Formats: sequence, C-alpha cells, structure tokens
Amino acid sequence: MLSNFVGEYKILQREKLYSFARHQLPADDSDYIDLRAKQFLLDDSNSIAPQLLSIKTRTKYSRLADFTALHIFVVSLRCEHSCPYCQVSRQSEDRDSFDMTEEVADRSLELTFQSPSQNIKIEFQGGESLLNFDLIKYIVVQAKKINEKVNKHLGFVIATNLAPVTHEMLLFCKEHDIVISTSLDGPSDLHNKNRPRPGKNSYEKAIEGIRLVREVLGQDKVSALMTTTEASLNRVKDIIDEYIKNDFDGIFLRHLSPYGFAIKTKSYRAYSTERWLDFYKEGLQYIIELNKMGVPFREYYACTILSKMLTNSDPGFVDLMNPSGMGIAAIVYNYDGSVHPSDESRMLAEMGDNTFRMGNVLENTYEEIFSSEALVKPLEESFTLSAPMCSDCAFESFCGADPVYHYATSKDFLAKKPESDFCHRNMSIFKYLICLMEEDPYVKRLFFRWAHRS
Amino acid sequence: MIKLSGKLKPLNSLRPLSKLLVCTLLDGLSNDEAKGKALLCDQAKIVGKYGAVLRKQAMGKLQDIPEFLLPEDMQHLSEGDVIRISEDGHSVRVLFRAKSNHNAILLTEQCNHYCLMCSQPPKDIDDSWLLDEAKQLVQLLPTTTEEIGFTGGEPTLYGDGFIDLLRLTNLYLPNTAVHILSNGRSFKDIEFARKYAAVGHKDVMLGIPIYSDDPVRHDYIVQAEGAFSETIAGILNLKALRQRVEIRVVLHKQSVPRLVQTAEFIARNLLFVDHVALMGLEVIGFTRANLDDLWIDQFEYKDKLSEAVDILEATGLHVSIYNHQLCLVNTDVSNAYRKSISDWKNEYVDECKSCTKQYECGGFFSSSKQFRYSPNISAFED
Repeated sequence: MLSNFVGEYKILQREKLYSFARHQLPADDSDYIDLRAKQFLLDDSNSIAPQLLSIKTRTKYSRLADFTALHIFVVSLRCEHSCPYCQVSRQSEDRDSFDMTEEVADRSLELTFQSPSQNIKIEFQGGESLLNFDLIKYIVVQAKKINEKVNKHLGFVIATNLAPVTHEMLLFCKEHDIVISTSLDGPSDLHNKNRPRPGKNSYEKAIEGIRLVREVLGQDKVSALMTTTEASLNRVKDIIDEYIKNDFDGIFLRHLSPYGFAIKTKSYRAYSTERWLDFYKEGLQYIIELNKMGVPFREYYACTILSKMLTNSDPGFVDLMNPSGMGIAAIVYNYDGSVHPSDESRMLAEMGDNTFRMGNVLENTYEEIFSSEALVKPLEESFTLSAPMCSDCAFESFCGADPVYHYATSKDFLAKKPESDFCHRNMSIFKYLICLMEEDPYVKRLFFRWAHRS
Repeated sequence: MIKLSGKLKPLNSLRPLSKLLVCTLLDGLSNDEAKGKALLCDQAKIVGKYGAVLRKQAMGKLQDIPEFLLPEDMQHLSEGDVIRISEDGHSVRVLFRAKSNHNAILLTEQCNHYCLMCSQPPKDIDDSWLLDEAKQLVQLLPTTTEEIGFTGGEPTLYGDGFIDLLRLTNLYLPNTAVHILSNGRSFKDIEFARKYAAVGHKDVMLGIPIYSDDPVRHDYIVQAEGAFSETIAGILNLKALRQRVEIRVVLHKQSVPRLVQTAEFIARNLLFVDHVALMGLEVIGFTRANLDDLWIDQFEYKDKLSEAVDILEATGLHVSIYNHQLCLVNTDVSNAYRKSISDWKNEYVDECKSCTKQYECGGFFSSSKQFRYSPNISAFED
C-alpha cells in the first residue's frame, strides 16, 4: 500500500512497486495512470499536481490555525459509581473539596474565550458532572454572557452517567441547547457488572435517563460511549444489539486506556491488544452485515479513520492527530484549576504525575499556559513526520502522535514504535479497513459514505 | 424540432436598418417603439413605422416598411423573439426565443480545444461580429428573462471583450440566470479570473468540462496538450474567488472507462464545485465523424454511472445526469436523473410508443434518433 501526503492510497503488486521505484513503470500502465491521477508521480502531463496536493494539505491541517475548540471543565471529581476501569480516579461522593469553585470556573472561562477558534465547545466532565449541576448552570450562563460580546459558535455538552439526572436539569439543558453524552456498556448484566453503583442499577438508570433526555431535548440530543472490559470481549454482538435496541445510529467500540483506576485495578492489562482487535473486527463485521440487511448503523472509530483516508478534512479526533491534538484541539480545566492538554493527561495527574500540567488558571496567564514546556515539548518531540518509523510509515496520515499515551506506557513522548500497542492497534485497524474495502465493493461504498458522514 | 434559421422572401426592395429586431404582434406602436420591432401580421394596412413586417401570406407591397414572407418552418416566431435578417434580406436567424428557457447564444466558433465529440466544430475565422451581436442582444431582452446561455467555441478567447459582454449582461439582465460554457483554461490567468469575478453578476455559472481524472486521457479527448492542467488551474482560481463552477463530463467510449475514478478525483480534489453534470453523447458535429471511437451504449455503463453518482452524492455534491434515456439507467440514480433535453428538440423512437414513463424521460436528441441509439431501449410497462 502506497499513500501520498494527504492519505490517498493505492495498492500495488510488489513487482509494480519495484518498477515504479526504479522509474521503469511504463506510462501507459494502468497503475502508472492511477498513480499520476492521485499525484503520486509528476510528469509533463500533470503540471497541476503540486497545486492540488498543496490545497489538500492545507485543508487537512486547517484545524491548526483555529487552535483549541474543545474546552473541558471537570466540574467535580465526585462520583456515585465505582467502576473498576475508571480512568479518572473518582472520589467518593461526599467530599466537597473535589468540586470546582466559581472562582476557578470564572478564570477558566476567561481563558476559554481567549482561544482564537471561532467554534467553542464547552464539555462538562467528572467524576459525575451532574453532582455539581449548580456550577454547570453558573458556567453556561456566564459563558453565554461573555459570548454576547465575541459572538462565537458556542455549544455545550454534559458527559454524565445519567443516574442523577432530573426533569428540571433537562429543562435547563433545553433552554440552553445543551446535548448529553453518556455511557452504555452493553446489555443490563454486562453494563451493571462493569459499572457498579449502590442499588446495582446503573443500566436501568442510564436507559431511563436516555429516554428522559430524548423526551425533553429530542431524539438526537444524546450520544453514548462504551468501554470494552474483559467481560465484553465475547459479547460484541450483544453490545451492538443493545445500541440498536436503544435507537442509536452508531457505536464507538473503545478499548481501555492505561490511565487512572484502569491501571491500579489491572483492568487495562486484563486483555491483550490482539484480543481487543478480534473483538473490534468481529463487531465491525457484524455492523457491515447489519448494513447489508438494511439496518443503517456505523462504527465511529472506523468513521474517524475513514475520514482521514477518504477525505481531506481532519475529523479532529485528539488521539489520531499530528501534531497531537493535546492542548491544540482540546484543553482540560481541572476542578482544582490545574490545566491539562487532554483528558488523558489530567488522568495521569490524578495518579500523581504532573508531566503534562500546563499551569493553573488562578496563577498563570493564557500565554504562560499555552507556551508551557509541558505542552510544547511533547508536541514537538512526538511529531510523527519527524519521528523514527512514523515519518516513513505509509499509514502516517491516518494516524496520530498521542504523546500522552506513549508517556503513560513508556515514560517517553515518542516511545519505540515497535513496542507501542497504540501503533500495533491502529496499524492493524488501518490494514483491516483497507482490506475490507478492497475485497468487497459494497463495503467500499459503505465506508465512503461513513467517511463523508452521509 | 424547431428551426432557428431559414430562408426569407423579400416582398419589396426595402431592408431593415437595425440588425436585430424584436418580434411583436402589436400593431399601432409609436414610431419610436416600432423601429426596432418586426411586426408579425397579415393585415394589409400597418399603423406605425416598424423595422420590418413579416407575413405568413404574400401581401400587397408596402411602400415604406421592409416586408418579408416567412417560410412555413419559420412561422413559429412569436412575441418577444429576437431575429436577425441578413443584409440581402433572403435569410433570417432566431437569436432568442421568448418561450424557451434554453436560449444559448453562440459567441464564437473559435476554440483552443478540438474535442473528438464537438457539437459545434471550431472554425478559425474572425467571427467577432457574433460578440457584437450578443452585446446588442442582451440590451434588447426583457429584464424578466429567466435564463440565458453563452456558448462557443470558447467565449473567453475574446478576453476583455468577453468581460465587457458580462458587464452589459449584468447591467441589463441583473436577475437573469447566466450559464456560460467554457473550457476554463483562460481563468488560469488569475488577473482574468479577477476581472470575471469583479463583474459581480449574482447568478452566473460557468460550465467547465473535465473528461477524466487522467490528464493524458482528458488532453486526448479535447485534442489539446496541457489542457487538463490549465482547466484545473482555472477552476481553482475561480473557486478561490468564490465563483460558481459546474463540472461537465460527457460520457462516451473514451471517458467512460475511468468514469468512477473521475468521480473519485472530483470528490477528492474539487469538492468545492457547485454542480457536476454527467452528460450523454449528442450525435452531431465531430461525433458523427468519430462515432466508432465515441459510441457506447448507455446500457453498458449504467452500473458505472450508478457508482459515480453514489460517490459524488455521498460527498454532498449536487449531481445531474443529462441526456440519458430513463430505461438505460438504474433506478438508484433517480435523484440525479434530469429530463434534460429541451422540449423543443427532444424526440422518441418507435420502441417508446407503449412506454408508461415517457413523460418522465428526457427522450432523444433528434440527431441520436437519426444516427444511432441503444438497441437496449425498452418500454416501461405498468
């Protein structure tokens, strides 16, 4: 597989590749013609190629100029769930010292609106964010007040397990156009096993919450995320069926990340990357079969990668960006005012590692925070186009730098890629997606629509 | 099919003073109003000093107005049509039909392409009088005119003369949709593209052909080396200046083999264009001479057409299929299918007689009916 600078790819037989590399591929060979049309090669007849390639490259990296669009507010670290895989290291519910204060919120909002981005999305996270709903209300009202002067595209998301949700909270969400992101790990038994809470009714609470959100805010105002645990591995079809049963039009088949309680409780090491890949492939196959039978349903990780393969626009998924999306695409204001370049790096901080801590909203200016070594150094050192093995990898343009992951697993922003599970997992998925498209024209057309979100 | 030019029989020795005349049925106009008009009238006595009087029947000779007899095939002329009577008074051309929404105004027969399937084979002659005529014409048309087209040859070869015509069009027809057929190469010059954009007509679309994702194939089809790169450069300049551009792909034996790749190329490289038209072959002009190299049965490429449309539509591009017969395309392209052949020039063949979908179908160009059409035409039944 050959790819060009913007990720257009072409499969070549090995002999053809050799003759292409030796400049011996005849100009009337159909592979030569394909390679020229996709700007892999330049000859006298396509002088426009560099211009097309440069426009696509500018498009692909256009997000960089916008800078930070996603601003995550950790309004509380308290949670009434006690999930062993928790990547955040939640605190028990009654400790007010783990809530964000209005002072921290005000100062964080000041920083938020200093971002050059015309699009500002504020996401509330926890712990369980709804346990500090009063502060959410405060932030939403304040943000809208500030935005009256600067007039950006402003949106809000609440990430919540939905257990504490009330009708009254949702009326506030409706008034301010807030959308909900929740967790759904699969069928009742699996979900409740993964996500223990007093009453052992996390699933029932989530389903009832989803129903209520749709009733008050509208059908498309709630999305759900799943996390794969060891118990999920044999249940991928059940999990997908659960999403379909609850009228979701897609699922994000997520692996566990090596942060927070996931490491302490050994959940993260409970299954190998290989085993997770089998789970993922089985799930994707099942989703393709569903589509063939007329059930439109998507797998969102594949959608993200396919956008990078089949379009020029970068979907802005932090893990799969280069330069890394940390700080540039998303920023986290922790409950205590500390600022982190990504959700994952604040999780590291909860484990006592402040490598990525960019500063504190109460102590530092915007300039100090966004030019801090804690941000700039990992961005620079992990840059894939100059990283060994990444810079000459055919999949580079589909992939990302993810210095936080590599630091968490090997204490090095760049790490040795042959030992990187991130590299192994993503390369496997890239190859798998391409194989599926090459083998089945139906899948090629389906994936093209996924890539273009149509 | 309605004839747009024909013979004329002068009934007296007088000739019109103005070159272009607007047809009217209204007698009794003031002399000022009447002098630019051709009166369609069979009454012996005429009130008003008309530029010309056109008769369906030979009349008594008028003393002071040029008087002509229309042949049968030109008797369709009606209110608002614009005509030109030749200097010798023996022929007439229709430049504009008020009843038609498909008025294409030929600006030149000169071209820097020499396309295998050209419907208007280029001539290397000075025909700049056509541009002058078009400039007069846009000043005569009613401001309510819905749409006009400028075509060639390659209209932009006039350079500033072409821009002048657009400025006049913008002044006299600010509400008329203007469609221009160009190969786009002139717009590779950013200064020319800027002049074009500066005209600022609010409803103008440039239709520019791209026949393949493969530059060599495109250049072969248009018989001009380097054309592909110049055309793409032109489109990029136009879109950078936020001008509306339509890509036109004519489908024939030379372009169909890479139709799917061409759709992919447009989806990946030219996603910002405003419309993609996939067009069936019209069997006129050079196509008749090159028919063996160009002819392909639409039935043979219907799956490729479906795939190309699916790719383009998935990206959100606006796609139209023109000049195809409904029984030769798959049902999955119904969203893009247009009944496109103008009502006044489309026809149907014997196989269509019992078809229940004839009124949804574009039918045939009369030339296709005459020279070649698919053996796979079959009537829809209930």
